[in-house]
Parts: sequence; structure tokens; C-alpha cells
Amino acid sequence: MRRWLPGLLLVSPSIILIAVFVYGLLGWNFKLAMTDKHDEIAEIPGDFVGLENFTSIWSDERWGLSVRHSIVFTVVFVGGALVLGWLLAFLMEKGIRAESGFRAVYLFPMAVSFIATGVVWRWLMNSATGDHAVGLNRLFHYLGVDFLQWQWFRDGDWGMAAMAIPAVWQMSGYIMALFLAGFRGVPEELREAARVDGCGEWGVYRHVVLPMLRPVTLSALIILGHISLKVFDLVVAVSGKQIITDVPATYMWTAVYDSHDPAKGATIASYIVLSVVVFVVPYLIWDARKGKRS
Amino acid sequence: MTAHVAEKAPRTAPAPVRERGRTAAWVRLVLLLLFVLVFLIPVYVLLVTSFKPLSEADPAQAWNLPKVWTTEAWSVAWEKLEPGIVNSFLLAIPGSLISAALGSLNGYVLSKWRFPGADVLFTLFLFGMFIPYQGVMIPLVQLMVDVGDALGVQLYGGIPGLVLAHVVYGIPICTLIFRNYYVTIPDELIEASRVDGAGMLRTLWSIVLPVSGPAFAVVIIWQFTSMWNDFLFAVFLTGPSSWPTTVMLNNIAGAVTTPYSQQMAAAILASIPTMVIYVLLGRFFMRGLMAGALKG
Repeated sequence: MRRWLPGLLLVSPSIILIAVFVYGLLGWNFKLAMTDKHDEIAEIPGDFVGLENFTSIWSDERWGLSVRHSIVFTVVFVGGALVLGWLLAFLMEKGIRAESGFRAVYLFPMAVSFIATGVVWRWLMNSATGDHAVGLNRLFHYLGVDFLQWQWFRDGDWGMAAMAIPAVWQMSGYIMALFLAGFRGVPEELREAARVDGCGEWGVYRHVVLPMLRPVTLSALIILGHISLKVFDLVVAVSGKQIITDVPATYMWTAVYDSHDPAKGATIASYIVLSVVVFVVPYLIWDARKGKRS
Repeated sequence: MTAHVAEKAPRTAPAPVRERGRTAAWVRLVLLLLFVLVFLIPVYVLLVTSFKPLSEADPAQAWNLPKVWTTEAWSVAWEKLEPGIVNSFLLAIPGSLISAALGSLNGYVLSKWRFPGADVLFTLFLFGMFIPYQGVMIPLVQLMVDVGDALGVQLYGGIPGLVLAHVVYGIPICTLIFRNYYVTIPDELIEASRVDGAGMLRTLWSIVLPVSGPAFAVVIIWQFTSMWNDFLFAVFLTGPSSWPTTVMLNNIAGAVTTPYSQQMAAAILASIPTMVIYVLLGRFFMRGLMAGALKG
């Protein structure tokens, strides 16, 4: 015990901070979500109402809309960033002239905030068409592909697919870096051995490289998925607090600051947490076990 | 390693394959260049528009270079954004330094001075890296108000509170980066120091810290960048006098009356610090990114 006690003492400040600020506050939030504290006056703590807020919110049309948006956004963003990131890594995998230059260009959006890039993307995805078109719609006009012009994020049905484009632009370089590390992690001897066994280049990919990329793909999925479910800055930067682009995170902001309804805000926040927990916790447990084996 | 892989394949391959390999390399290069163009479109738009005078803010010239170049939009944007930039530095410099110090202590203990249950604790820490901060936001505001009142300091609404939030929620990633770095220090070194009678802190000070430079660089750059770019904490926890760059930029750009040229100049100004870091110290920035992918 004399050996490990000092260590435990040294990390205890962090343990306390994490216990209070992560687990304590998450619990507090859930507790608040289970009360009827629907206004901000401090004297009214609110009564315990169980899961009522969690069920009644589904009769709220705007909530349903924000969930639908979140799903569309997640599918397009996660799919888009995975495919584009993989493709870029695949193109560079065997080494290419000026590789570090390419990597730098694909990765730089990661270094910049969504708030800053949102300014230009809001302009690029301006919904005006015809003579007044700016942004991408104008570019399509120049290129003679006017039929591609659309409402972008203002499109009622698929606007959130447009909202995912800046997110793909921002994150696919990162996914590229992950996949590139994965590709380069496949030992050359393994590929050579497969070639000796008569595999064509495609066969080598199919049977040697792709299976070895599975852990990287899983990591990438988890990272993209949890970013997607809590997306906030991007939506605020591109469209502000418009119902047409509501996602749970922006709707929560509205519930807290515009409707002054803490219980509702906490309920939305709880749903965001739960949606992430569902797949992050199994992943962390899997990762911890894997770490122990190696 | 890159060069090695690139050269090896053609040398061992038979002639026809080499021909084909060369064509494939060209196709790859062209595709990659095409993607570079696509990736840089927003940069072109930002730069070009920020140098345009108001008279050229016309849809018909949306994609053209400015006929008259002017830095007028830049000076207006700077005037509006400056207080936010100052606040962001006041937030990100102390914040990233404190984060690094805490991460170093935790990483050291969790890799070299382990106690029973250290692995479980580490996983519990890591979960904090993934939680959506929305899930703690409402109680965090309340807690800061209460604690601030009890201590007689202003935590909520000011920069110290924002620093506190970033430091606390940065513990997981900082601990992870330092732990993964310290694992590479040979245990024999720690043992030898122990045999010589050095305690935990002494070993940290004279054996571990002297070789920690790269890990500190990664963590400081990573934390600086995420504090600089954060919007969620800032919008929930600060008031107008302590708004960092992102909140100010969002207010400037969100106003219908702000001309495009000023919005875009402001967006570039807001991105300069992190871009400088990325260009000069991209290597460390990358390592922070890869640490975020856990063992990926």
C-alpha cells in the first residue's frame, strides 16, 4: 500500500473533478429531467414526475422534426466522411509525390472552428437561384449545370443532408489520416505473402488489407457518430436558430434560453447523452478488454 | 516509410505491371489534385470576398476576383472582433497550461505509479471524453452560480469559469495523451530511480518531466485549439464582456446588416491563431488528433 497510495493521492483531484463534473452533473441533469420544473424561478425546485417529460416530448412536433434532422444528418455525415476519408487514404496509400502537402490540405479544416467556416458555408449554400444566385448555385450556373441548383439547408425535406456537407469537408481529412495509418500498419510481408500465394492486387486488398482495417473503421464510426449526435456549432453558424434546421442540441438551447424551461432542456440533453452512451460505452469496454489482452 | 513503400513496389514488379503502375499513379495524382481544388473552394471564397469593396458585393460577380482590392473590411472586422480575440487568449493560454500540468500528473501515475483499479478508473475517465457536453450544461451553470456565490467569486459569466470548465472536461484527453506517452518510458528507469531512493515526485521531476517535452507540446496545442474553437461552453457560460472570439464572430456574422466582406474577414481573423499553430506545429496537432482516436 505504501507503494501505490501516493499515486492515488496525486490523481485524487482529477478523480474528484471527474466524479463531480462528469458523473455528478450527468446525474443531476437526469434528475432535473424527471421533474416538472418548467420555469426558471429558483425557489421552485419542481416535483418528481418520473419519465413523464421523456414520453410527453414525443408529442411535440418540433422535437420530432429535430430527431428526424439528426438522423438525416448523421447518415449523410458519417457515410460521407467515411467514404471520402477512405478514398483519400486509398489514393495516397502507396505513396504519392508531395504527400505531406496533400495531407496538409485535407486536414486543415480540422484546425478551424465550425463558427468560422460556417460563415463561408452559409454563403456557399445560399438558397437564391437564377440571376440572384450566389455561392454554389452561382457556380453551377457558370458551369452550365443549373439543374443542380437547390435550396440547400433550406430544403424542408433533405436540408439536413446539405448541412452535412460542411461537416464532411471538416472531418474527412481526419478520417483519411486514421485510414492512412491503418493502411500503413499492414505489414508489407503479409501483402507479399498473399501475392506469393497467387493473390492479385485486388485479392490482397480483399483478403489482407480490408480485414485489418476493421478496428480503424470502428474507431472512425464511433468518433463520427458521437460528433454527429451532438452537432451544435455548425448548425448555429450556418443557419442560426431556425426550426428548419433544428437538431436536438440547438433545440435544447432554444428550450433553455427562449422558452426558459429547464426540465425540457434537461430532457433533451438526456436524450442526447443516451444516444451517445448506447454505442460509446460498449466500445470503451471493448477497448479496455482489448488493451488488457495485448 | 512512405518513400520506402513507394519505391519498393515498382522495383520488384515485372515490366508490364510497372507500366500499369505508372498510369495508376497518374490517375491517383489527378484525383488527389481535384480534391485539393474542392477542399480549397471555401478558402478562395473567404479570401477573395474579404478584399472586396461594398460595390462589388453583387451576385453576378460572386466568384470573381476583386476589381479593386481593399482592406477596408479587414479593419472593420478587426475593430469588432478584437475584444473577443483578447478574451480567447486569456482563456486558451492559462487553460491549456493548467490542462497540461494536470494531464502530466495523471498520465504519470496511471502508467508508472499504478494503484489497484487504475484501469477501471482510466476507462471511467475516458468516458468523459465522449459525453455530449449538453448533458452537463444546465447543472454546470447552476453549480457555477452556487459555488461562485458561496466563495464570493464570479465563476459564471466570466473567463475563470470558462477556463475551469475547459480544464475539467479536458482531463480525459490530456490524461490519455500523457499516459500513452509515458508508457514508452522503460519501467527499468523508474525502478532504478526507486532503488536510488527517489520517491514518486522526485522521479517525476528528475526522470519523467525532462523527457516530456513532446507530450506537453501535443497537449498544449490540442487544448489551445479546442478552447479557441469552442462555442458551446462559451455561449452557455460567458456574458458579453467575456465572450471569446467564436461567440463574437457568430454575433457579427449572424447580423443581417453585416456585409459579406466583413463577415469573411472576421472569420479569417478568428482562424489565424489556430491556422498558425497548424502550419507551424502540425505534427503535434496531428498527434493530438490521433490520440482522440484512442488506439485506432
